[in-house]
Amino acid sequence: MLSLALRTSRTALNAYRSRGIHAPASLNAVTETDLAHFASILAPSSVISSLAPVNSPTDELDPFNQDWMGRFKGNANTVLKPKTVQEVSQIVKWCNERRIGIVPQGGNTGLVGGSVPIGNELVLSLANMNKVRSFDPVAGILVADAGCILQALTDYVAPLDHVMPLDLGAKGSCQIGGNVATNAGGLRLLRYGSLHGSVLGLEVVLPDGTILDQLTTLRKDNTGYDLKQLFIGAEGTLGIITAVSILTPPAPQATSNVILALPHFDNVLPLFQTVKRDLSEILSAFEFLDRTAYDLAVKHGQGKALDESEVEGAQCFVLVETSGGRREHDEEKLNDLLEKLLEADEPLINTGVVSQNPSQFESIWGLREGVTEAISKEGKAYKYDISVPVATFKDCVDATRDHLESKGLMRPDAVKYVVGYGHCGDGNLHLNVCAAAYTQEIADALEPFIYELVQKHRGSVSAEHGIGAMKTHALHYSKDAVSIGLMKQIKGIFDPNGIMNPGKVLE
Amino acid sequence: MRPTSARFLNILVPVKRAVDYAVKIRVNSQQTGVDLNVKHSMNPFDEIAVEEAVRIRERIKDEVKSIRAVTIGPSKSLDTLRTALAMGADSAIHVEVPESAPAPEPLGVAKTIRALVEKNKEIDLIILGKQAIDDDAGQTGQMLAGLLGWSQATFASKVDVDTKNNVVTVLREIDGGSEEIKCKLPLVITTDLRLNEPRYASLPNIMKAKKKPVEKLKPEDLGVDLTPMLETIKVAEPPKRVGGGKVESVEELVGKLKDAGFTAV
Repeated sequence: MLSLALRTSRTALNAYRSRGIHAPASLNAVTETDLAHFASILAPSSVISSLAPVNSPTDELDPFNQDWMGRFKGNANTVLKPKTVQEVSQIVKWCNERRIGIVPQGGNTGLVGGSVPIGNELVLSLANMNKVRSFDPVAGILVADAGCILQALTDYVAPLDHVMPLDLGAKGSCQIGGNVATNAGGLRLLRYGSLHGSVLGLEVVLPDGTILDQLTTLRKDNTGYDLKQLFIGAEGTLGIITAVSILTPPAPQATSNVILALPHFDNVLPLFQTVKRDLSEILSAFEFLDRTAYDLAVKHGQGKALDESEVEGAQCFVLVETSGGRREHDEEKLNDLLEKLLEADEPLINTGVVSQNPSQFESIWGLREGVTEAISKEGKAYKYDISVPVATFKDCVDATRDHLESKGLMRPDAVKYVVGYGHCGDGNLHLNVCAAAYTQEIADALEPFIYELVQKHRGSVSAEHGIGAMKTHALHYSKDAVSIGLMKQIKGIFDPNGIMNPGKVLE
Repeated sequence: MRPTSARFLNILVPVKRAVDYAVKIRVNSQQTGVDLNVKHSMNPFDEIAVEEAVRIRERIKDEVKSIRAVTIGPSKSLDTLRTALAMGADSAIHVEVPESAPAPEPLGVAKTIRALVEKNKEIDLIILGKQAIDDDAGQTGQMLAGLLGWSQATFASKVDVDTKNNVVTVLREIDGGSEEIKCKLPLVITTDLRLNEPRYASLPNIMKAKKKPVEKLKPEDLGVDLTPMLETIKVAEPPKRVGGGKVESVEELVGKLKDAGFTAV
């Protein structure tokens, strides 16, 4: 994903700036005095700064200042990469006393600008905290530093017959601490649930530098308020997660997938019911992509396409993945289901293909996982990651397209495509608008239109990407005033000086 | 050679069930072979062979009378045949050997296929992988052509069948380029990677494949003996690569070079 170095669009930045996002004026910038203090507690290799005496070139700071899509750009003059929780604590304590804003940063793969500074806050990268602390192969409990890359952890537990409970496109770059801080969802959520369930404990540096050690490995612990839950999904606004204790499920011994071509979107729900009932415990993913998403993925080479005759007349596609303990058992179940689907009097599906080997398995997943990248290659993407009832997926996409049409924006030099895909199993729709360029006109046409659409369906304006800097103004579409008021009180208790990831989540 | 009118082509595609290429191979603790309790699928080169047979039919339509897949292996090899049938083969032959039997060697396989050809005299084109990715022997196709006294075209990257003249033009992968040869039927072709990209097995075809006939035979039925002639003495992992190190300064580098026995000229 990171290989997609997209050039920053000036218009886009202006579009966001015009919304008035800026770091609070009450916070201070990092000075040479501060830098000298940091240099006294950290190894030289842990400090990157444009200030004297370090004088790093700006291109060393750029990757920390800019998100991977090139939509958000901050102005930090200093990046610190501590190696221990004590170092993190000392940095935070100093920043709290000096009123310096801090942006905790993991793999910087977020999609809502939560991991880059808005102004000149200090960037605290967890990349150097990348050791596995322990793994219990019997209980399957992994304790790891926050900066461990998700793929590295997957590779660590794989030979011990376990699997990480989450998987997402950015796995090669994203870090477990960032995953937890943003409550990342991804492709395995249907099977293993959200991180609110699988995270057993956290070690967090609070905004005054105190270390909160809740790094327990207990499955059951009903002793008072479950504080760690507050940090899961807080996007670094309440403290910095430095280590994670997480439950890893046993690795499935056999996986398989199929992609099914459906004549109508209306068939998705009945198909989901049938698949859930017939596959039961081996169903591990039920992903949806509409025809436009499929065509774009194929156009940009994201996995081998189905035969022309098979996709003819298909309005959308569904990818079903199974994982289980015994290949023969799983294959029998899947084959029975497919036979039933094909031989029904009124079939829900036109046709489909079944992967025959791991390379086809990857290729079929490529069609779904590659949609994000395909859209980025096609043009500039406005991404909306919403939770709405599955039955309204198509309505949401169609309503957005019609709305853009009515504004005269559906044309090759403005909006090229409106695309819907996502995790059908979790009610999570990725509504993407692919445009020739980021413009204020398109932004105004999309917002608040889409947010109001979501509100109408009692959905969420951010299912798994978070709020970041991008959606603070939209929070109220999904959370009422009472909820937001409480969130602000909690923020005030943890971080009275407002130094932790300022301008994110809450306005 | 028997004179064949190749207007109606009968194609035989031998396929092998092998450890999947994506599996990380582990040597077993007795060092007699690799751990076989892992995911198996059709040898990728054989998959290309099946695909090519199906594509030849798509090109010359009814001039291909039959496509038959054959495998030699334990009962689980039936899955591999079903994949071939789902991709478009019409029927299959399973030469079944016991689960505990040692893997047949290329010569044994070639003799078995020869026996099948002698039994089914209409076969005039055999397409198979240039090698199997498990033992990497790369011998079966050549031995088979030798035993049958047929033409052979190995490492094919393009195949053109001309049924009017009973000639097949094959582009072969050779060191530093490619070579075009014309072969008379009957012919053995072994496939290389660039020949084609195998298709997905579509659902309706998978269902149809279940109903296609699979003939079961034993090596004895064909009068062949698959007892290995080679003895595996030991299987071992290659030595682990030792990683490099970083030096902080030129002095340190020079020091290390000196320690390693390098001296300035």
